[in-house]
Amino acid sequence: MSLITITEVRKSFGQNEVLKGINLDVAAGEVIAIIGKSGSGKSTLLRCINGLETINDGSITVAGAQLAPDEVHLRALRLKVGMIFQGFNLFPHLTAGRNVMLSPMVVKKVSQKEAEAEARVRLEQVGLAHKFDAYPDELSGGQQQRVAIARALAMKPLALLCDEITSALDPELVNEVLAVVKKLAEEGMTLLMVTHEMRFAREVCDRVVFMHQGRVHEIGPPEEVFANPQTAELRQFLGQS
Amino acid sequence: MTQFSTWDIVSNLLLAARWTVLLSILAFIGGGAVGLVVLYCRIARKPWLQRAANLYIELFQGTPLLMQLFLIFFGLPLMGLDVSPWAAAFVSLTLWTSAFLAEIWRGCVESIPKGQWEASSSLAMSFFEQLRYVVLPQALRIAVPPTVGFSVQVVKGTALTSIIGFVELSKAATIITNATFEPFTVYGFAALIYFVLCWPLSKSSQLLERKLNVAHHHH
Repeated sequence: MSLITITEVRKSFGQNEVLKGINLDVAAGEVIAIIGKSGSGKSTLLRCINGLETINDGSITVAGAQLAPDEVHLRALRLKVGMIFQGFNLFPHLTAGRNVMLSPMVVKKVSQKEAEAEARVRLEQVGLAHKFDAYPDELSGGQQQRVAIARALAMKPLALLCDEITSALDPELVNEVLAVVKKLAEEGMTLLMVTHEMRFAREVCDRVVFMHQGRVHEIGPPEEVFANPQTAELRQFLGQS
Repeated sequence: MTQFSTWDIVSNLLLAARWTVLLSILAFIGGGAVGLVVLYCRIARKPWLQRAANLYIELFQGTPLLMQLFLIFFGLPLMGLDVSPWAAAFVSLTLWTSAFLAEIWRGCVESIPKGQWEASSSLAMSFFEQLRYVVLPQALRIAVPPTVGFSVQVVKGTALTSIIGFVELSKAATIITNATFEPFTVYGFAALIYFVLCWPLSKSSQLLERKLNVAHHHH
């Protein structure tokens, strides 16, 4: 029984069809890396899964919650799947702790006391318990991204979507974020990540999806996909041609 | 012939200026409240609401305030509603202010990065919750200087209500001129009073702008 079911998903921006019939099933606890050139549709696919983009055809289901454009369905879906962004997108007017507390209090009506306790646990989990009262602009990029992870986790999602979450970071800050993601993977979180960190994908992921021109071009365990690419496109992408 | 001292002129102008101040404040508060509603319609994800709000804004921004005053003061009685100059002045200034404030605030809301909407969406917040907890608190900071700046326009806009017979500063100046035959002195003092009302507002708008730009977001 898969947690995320993506069936024949098509998505166009105007005349340009960026997703041309995507099928992908993700089991609970699975860690999946989506790789591919820019423009291959990998970020768009991720954004469709929690309804940041509408789809033109096909269906997406996460643990029984169906993607539909109305607010009730979107809310149900987004309670099951969280998202981390390339640009962190922390709320700059709130402290790190408040960033993590906001959505549980507003959306789930959790009491302030409970939300604060939860926020402290989540910040601890990403190694930032001591930054509870810091504002985003007082944190490094890596720290901001870890707060963003804690913020998503506080909603207790079943799966996390990571959209190039280390691409905006200075090289020396990449590892602290990847370490947190790796720990999440080991704890059994279901992860779908669009990434350029091939080494990380090879070490941590269960399956690698190579997207090319709006289609899933190749898919398989990292050792196969990386060591034995079947298509010329993937070989070229991996720099083996 | 009665003689008027300078103090007679100034004191009477000051008494009338109370009405200018009161009308400005009420129009600003009323305009702010209506403006918030118009803003909500303008950015809500309902095309027909957006169009209605757009039409409202364009209508009030695209016609002179004086015409709006006339239409409300002379138009409503045609429909059987008797309006006092007071009520007509308050209603038309409120509507006029709301259109401008809604447009100013829309610009502030749209300057908030898209990522803020996306992050709060992905945390399952509704449109209203996003506005209330994420977008408006940030937009408010940006909105303070232009909003305070616009209040100057409201104060000056009240002068037009003298034409429909509302006795505020400008109307009082005209009345006093008719009695004293000293238009330059009287209007000079009236202008000075307007300046004393408006200058601190535009100055504080500038100061706020600098302060909010320089300071940390949150201090």
